[in-house]
Amino acid sequence: MFEIEWSACPLNQGLLRVPHSEEVTEHPLNPITVTMTDGRGGFRRGTIRSSSTGSSTGTPTPTHAPVPVTNLFSDQLLNHSSFDGSDPLSQFARQDLDPLSKMAADEWDYSANVTSVGKKSKVVADDLVEPWQARRAAILTKYTTSEKLSIVTSFLPGGEKVIVKVQPSGTMVDKVRTRLEQLDDFEEGSVRQMLDLTQQEYAARIELLNNELVQAWHSDQRVKALKIAIQCAKLLGDTAAMAFYPSKFVLITDILDIFGKLVYERLKMKAEYYKPGSKVVTCLPDNFTPEMVPESAKETCRNWFYKIASIRELVPRLYVEMAIIKSYSYLTSSEFSTALLRITRMIRGIGNPLIAIYARCYLCRVGLALNQSTDLGFVKENFYDFLSTYGQLFSQTIKADLNKQNIPTSSYLNLYTPALDWILQVMASSAPESLLIEILARCKQESNSGLLLNTILSAFKSTYIASRPMEFVNLIMSCNEEGFPQHLLYRRLGQCLIQESLPKEDCKPVLNAVWQYVANLKDPVKFMQCAEIWIQFTVIYFSVTEVNFILGEIISHLIPNRAFEQHYSQMQTIVDKVVAHTQDYESLLTMENFLPLIDLFHKESIKVDVCKTIIDGLSSQPGLINDPIVINALMFIARIIHDSVSALTVDDEKRQIGNLICGLVQRIDYGRDFEKQLSFYAEARAAFPNLDSVHIQLVQCVNRLSVDTRKIVRGHHTRRTSAFVRACAAFCFITIPSLTLVHTRLQLYLLSGQVALLNQCLGQADACFKAALSLVPEMPKTIELDGRQKSSEPYLLSYLSSFLSTLLVVPDSPEHGVLYLMRGLLNAVQRCFEANSSSKSYLYLRVLDLLSTVTQENYPYHVDKVESNDTLYGSDKKFINEVDKISSKVFEEILNHLKYLGSSDQHGKQSVLALELFCRLIMRADLRQPPLATIAINLWKLSQRHGSADPKLSVQTIEYMKNRSQLVVFDHFPELLKKMLNT
Amino acid sequence: MAINLDIKLKRANKIYHEGEIVSGIILLKCNSDVKHDGIFLTMEGSVNLQLSSKNVGIFEAFYNSVKPIQLVQYTLDVAPAGKIPSGKTEIPFELPLKPRGNKPLYETYHGVFVSIQYLVRCDIKRSFLAKDVSKSLEFIMEDKPVNLQLQKAHSKIVFYKITPESLQNIRERTGVPKFLISGRLDSVCCKLTQPLTGEVIIEHCEVPIKSIELQLVRVETCGCAEGYSRDATEIQNIQIGEGNVCTGLAIPVYMIFPRLFTCPTLNTSNFKVEFEVNLIVVFEDDYLVTENFPITLTRH
Repeated sequence: MFEIEWSACPLNQGLLRVPHSEEVTEHPLNPITVTMTDGRGGFRRGTIRSSSTGSSTGTPTPTHAPVPVTNLFSDQLLNHSSFDGSDPLSQFARQDLDPLSKMAADEWDYSANVTSVGKKSKVVADDLVEPWQARRAAILTKYTTSEKLSIVTSFLPGGEKVIVKVQPSGTMVDKVRTRLEQLDDFEEGSVRQMLDLTQQEYAARIELLNNELVQAWHSDQRVKALKIAIQCAKLLGDTAAMAFYPSKFVLITDILDIFGKLVYERLKMKAEYYKPGSKVVTCLPDNFTPEMVPESAKETCRNWFYKIASIRELVPRLYVEMAIIKSYSYLTSSEFSTALLRITRMIRGIGNPLIAIYARCYLCRVGLALNQSTDLGFVKENFYDFLSTYGQLFSQTIKADLNKQNIPTSSYLNLYTPALDWILQVMASSAPESLLIEILARCKQESNSGLLLNTILSAFKSTYIASRPMEFVNLIMSCNEEGFPQHLLYRRLGQCLIQESLPKEDCKPVLNAVWQYVANLKDPVKFMQCAEIWIQFTVIYFSVTEVNFILGEIISHLIPNRAFEQHYSQMQTIVDKVVAHTQDYESLLTMENFLPLIDLFHKESIKVDVCKTIIDGLSSQPGLINDPIVINALMFIARIIHDSVSALTVDDEKRQIGNLICGLVQRIDYGRDFEKQLSFYAEARAAFPNLDSVHIQLVQCVNRLSVDTRKIVRGHHTRRTSAFVRACAAFCFITIPSLTLVHTRLQLYLLSGQVALLNQCLGQADACFKAALSLVPEMPKTIELDGRQKSSEPYLLSYLSSFLSTLLVVPDSPEHGVLYLMRGLLNAVQRCFEANSSSKSYLYLRVLDLLSTVTQENYPYHVDKVESNDTLYGSDKKFINEVDKISSKVFEEILNHLKYLGSSDQHGKQSVLALELFCRLIMRADLRQPPLATIAINLWKLSQRHGSADPKLSVQTIEYMKNRSQLVVFDHFPELLKKMLNT
Repeated sequence: MAINLDIKLKRANKIYHEGEIVSGIILLKCNSDVKHDGIFLTMEGSVNLQLSSKNVGIFEAFYNSVKPIQLVQYTLDVAPAGKIPSGKTEIPFELPLKPRGNKPLYETYHGVFVSIQYLVRCDIKRSFLAKDVSKSLEFIMEDKPVNLQLQKAHSKIVFYKITPESLQNIRERTGVPKFLISGRLDSVCCKLTQPLTGEVIIEHCEVPIKSIELQLVRVETCGCAEGYSRDATEIQNIQIGEGNVCTGLAIPVYMIFPRLFTCPTLNTSNFKVEFEVNLIVVFEDDYLVTENFPITLTRH
């Protein structure tokens, strides 16, 4: 029967597919539901698509809210359901967006926070270097200032008016003010200076300027937009509040990027051209050549560049030109590399090295985004230009400026890192090793080369660096402490080295040299920054002795003045790294300085976390643990974790901790020394009293131990082993009551009882079973399963059924009466089920099954070396009578329930139960006896009366009886059958 | 009754050379039929000279503007008196750009005292009750490419060296800080289409530098009955160095000549237009050091 159904399954699924597609259209939010067959739906989808590509000449309107448009668009292609709701015309209108404006709509996200440096350009650029986008956020968070900032602009409301003196040009004032000069001079009277801005306010103002720019652009005030861009770029010429400069750079170049893109897109829109041989105006393809650009667009483009070339001030002129550099592609195809080189040179004119390096950074950024990755020569040029001005960083003028702003040299140099890193990374991304050698040689000529070294270390592939570690160590050593902080260099070097595999012979001198420096660092902050990295190096390349030594150093550096309190996170990473990379876990734990380091975590939560990582790390190591010292250490650590559990701990946390400790408990193995193992379990029980899961684990472990013992003696317990297994049983028996959940206790009692029985500990088994039975009434009426409350009856039914099967082999105790456990069970059942519960009747049915089995001469199964009731009583008449008595009682109970079902009109249930009972009677009862036979016939009729009993089962039952009636033993069946069917 | 009159040229950049034909359309838009007494198209090119108030008195300067010199001047009848139908009307035209007599055509130039301008003007004459309608459009005249021989004049490299000693018109030499600025201009004969290039090197300088600038100056000379006036005015000022630039490093000199405001150096009997470049180094204390370079501009 089932097989047939099974084969029908795929057919059903095929049919189901249609309703599935309808289901989508029947969404409650859709006003009209249209049902269509799958095939037609697909067909219509197809036509829509083709018509949209056919008519692409609709007027492109750049929308300001591009996102919903594209959503709708893609939605529609994905499922046809959306076009049932809205009218078809607007649907087509949506699709009429031509590719350009669609692309524009996709990309024109004008908020300053999201600048896609050109989605297409990323393709090449991303392969080479980590995209700028990734650094953006890091820079913004790192470079902040608490100083007050100011903006001078004419495009923002608020702020106080200032009169900016228009610089008198030359010796006489022109009577014709040319259009050119107006560009970068502020219009008189409109300039407002905003003073005393916090950094957040400043960023908000910049964002406002950004919006203003986009707005001006869209309302065709392109000159105004240009002016805003220029004014923004002007802000980059100002290094007041130097610490904020990198962030300012990020904010402002975002605007410039947008400006550049606006110009580019606008020109592209203008540059619609006639394809050779066609009369329709089409927009330029992405990879257009200058020859395809119509003269008018070129003219506009040229105008842009002329305009920008006349900006008076150097910094804004350079920045704005860089921003629109992509538009050179409308004029010539060769312009890029010359333009990039020219700007590279022109940046030399910027006297302040900080402004200059960021200008170079921006140049490299836009240069990279041009997607002409083959020609990155200008980047190198930029770097060398920076090198030739490197001396300026340490000049007197800069020093005076730093003093005024109260910035230490090291943090001043740190301001250079984002820009310098970027430049060098762009350069080094695809460079061969020879470039590193070349640049190193160049850097050696500079004194104070710390900043350069730092950049080299972070930019070049760590393979290159790892192949000459000592060279770098020496270079770093020769840096003077005045400039870039040395410890950061060592840290960087360490970071490079741990990524690569170093030849063994290199490691020792490197570590010696570095550690000599690190160990002498007095400042714990600096020390930890280095130690955090170099401990990892040590763990990877050296043995436990060295690690131990370094851990010792760390401890001795951290103890004075309770310095460790400031460095918990670093200490945590140290432990993490050590745990993650150590090959020899045992020696790690036995090491002199490891546990003392953990002792240093005085903050409980972190300590617990650290301990968790250790235990967790252990689980990834193979093998069993039996070294007492290691076990001791592990127990110590596990206890810390355990002790963190309190009444307030959330369940998930408890589960996690429980799993960790259980894993640990399972790992510890004393081999054949079972006594020691048991005493460890006892110790563990004492150590982890708060976690039920651990106790459950312990009970399971002890039971396994007990079974293992039996296996070893092959069932023949000696005095010693039997004492041991009894001890095991006792362990379980006293551990179980401490658990909270009733059903786990029940389960474990049953299990422990079975194990005790297996080990011929009859008394202990009895005790367990009795305890289980006395616990049964305590079972809560509902239990939580997957977060939902469910009745516990089905669970209890299955548990007790399993219990019954065990009871068959449990011999009666001489002190108690016949089947006293069974009686106990029946008592418990009376109490634990609800009065008219069906489950109870079904349990009784099973009790009947058991009772009939109990009367057999030979039980179907036995426990080895345990004499069950069949041997004890030998099918004694008295015993059987006793059993029959119990059976009758149980039978009566079931009949009562049947009656109840009948009286409460639950006929369906009644007939099912009646049929079940009838089957029991046929199989188990002796139906030669007329009363039983009558009852049986009545039951059959009852079951058939309402026609709700399973017809298949009924048919099978009849078949069974017919088969049986052939046998001599069942010669009364034909008559019975006759009566049954004779209604 | 309003007439919307517009002139459009075929060339987007509006640049024409001598002997070429300026072609385009007259665009008329009106809501109803309009009567007119004729439509005329005029091509006009002239040099306007103005005397500077420095050389002659203010009043003279104001009144005695020298008469403009006509370079091109002729008028065509586009349509006889009649009606313009309502709606859009386009009238194409072609005007040859030819000098009057055998005068040369100078390039378009917008200066202070001299300006050279070329226009196409369209006039619609109306009966005396209504106003005449007129619209003019400037186009740009550029010299034709000439033969290659003249190009030899280019690439005249100029090296310079500025020291306190080399300074002229200086009052007291004692207050001058010590400095040495050297460099070169790649050529003082420049093509208008190419940027001015060269470099500046601050070899050493006692005081910090605030800014390095390039000033483009026009020198216009006008002759008139009373003699002539010669005036130098700034066209643009481009910063090439900002702040205390690094010593010993060559900073590029790079300036694009602005369109309209520059033209090939002109030397005629009535007026002259010449150009100069000033390299200005401003010290921290606003002390200026200027080096002057006369330059010759050519179109090709």
